[in-house]
Amino acid sequence: MVVALTVIRLRDLFAVVMLFGIYSLLSAALFVTLDAPDVAFTEAVVGAGVSAVLMLATLAQTSRHESVPAHRPWLPLAVVIVTGAFLVYGTLDIPPFGKADDPVHTHVAPRYLKQSGTEIGIPNVVTSVLGSYRGYDTLGETAVVFTAGAGVLVLLGGAWRVRRRRGED
Amino acid sequence: MEHHQILRVVTKFNLPLIMLFGLYVQFHGDFGPGGGFQAGVIIAAALILYTLVFGLDNAIRVAPPGVLRACSAGGVLIYAGTGTVNMMLGGNFLDYSSFTPEDAAAGQHYGILIIEFGVGLTVAATLVLIFFALAGRRSAERCD
Repeated sequence: MVVALTVIRLRDLFAVVMLFGIYSLLSAALFVTLDAPDVAFTEAVVGAGVSAVLMLATLAQTSRHESVPAHRPWLPLAVVIVTGAFLVYGTLDIPPFGKADDPVHTHVAPRYLKQSGTEIGIPNVVTSVLGSYRGYDTLGETAVVFTAGAGVLVLLGGAWRVRRRRGED
Repeated sequence: MEHHQILRVVTKFNLPLIMLFGLYVQFHGDFGPGGGFQAGVIIAAALILYTLVFGLDNAIRVAPPGVLRACSAGGVLIYAGTGTVNMMLGGNFLDYSSFTPEDAAAGQHYGILIIEFGVGLTVAATLVLIFFALAGRRSAERCD
C-alpha cells in the first residue's frame, strides 16, 4: 500500500520502476502465504524480474522524468472513486473468503482435485488444470504472447536490421 | 561494460545455474511449482542478463533474431500441432489420452510435457526478441 502510494506521488520514473519491482516481490510473498506457489513464482519472475528490465529499456529511449500534467486531477479522481465505490459495493455480494460451500469450491474444483490423480496422473494439480483440462485457454495465452512479440517487432524491430545492414556494407 | 571485470565473472558463473534452473522448472513443472511459462521467463532473463553485461552484438551472435523468431512461432506450432495430432489419432483436439489409448494417464503426461515445452519456447523467444528490439533501437540511435 505504501509502495503503491509512493509510485503515484513520484515523478522520477527510474524510482517508480524499482518500486514496481518491490511491489511485485511483496505480492509474490503474499501469494506464498496464500499457498499458491505457482502464482507466486510467476509474479516474482515476471513482475519483479523481466518487466522491470523491459520498463528500464523503455525508459532508456524516453526521458527519465514524467512531465508535470497541465490539468487538474479532480475529474479523473472523482471517476476513479465512484468506480471503486461500485466495485467495493459489488464485493459485498461475494461469499465470504474461505467458506467451504462457496461456488468456487463446489463447482469443478472438487472433481479436478479428486480425479486428476487418476485421469492425468501427475502430482501438481495446477499443471494438469492448465495443460489438460484448460488446454484451450493455455493455447490461447501462448498465442497472445506470440502476437505481442510480433506486434513489438512490427513497431520497433526495424532499427537494428537497418544498423546491421549498414555494418555489413 | 567492457571494464566491469567482477560483473563479467559473476555473470559467467551464474548464467549456467540460471539456465539449469530454468530447465528444471520446465521439465519438473508437473511435480513441483512451475511450468513452461515460468521456465521461459527464466531462460529469457538469463539471456537478457547476458545482453546487459556482454553487449547486444555478442548476444545477437549467441541467439540470432531469426532463430528466435522461428522459436517464437514454433512454440505455438508445437502446441497447436499436438492438438492436431490428437485429432488425427482419433481423439478430441488437445485430448492427450489418444497418444496412448491403453493408458490414458500416460498419454496426458506426455501431452502436458510437449505443450509445456511449446509454451516455454514461445515465451523465452518472445521476451528476448522484445528486449532486443528495445535495446537495438537505442544503440541504432547512438550510431546515427
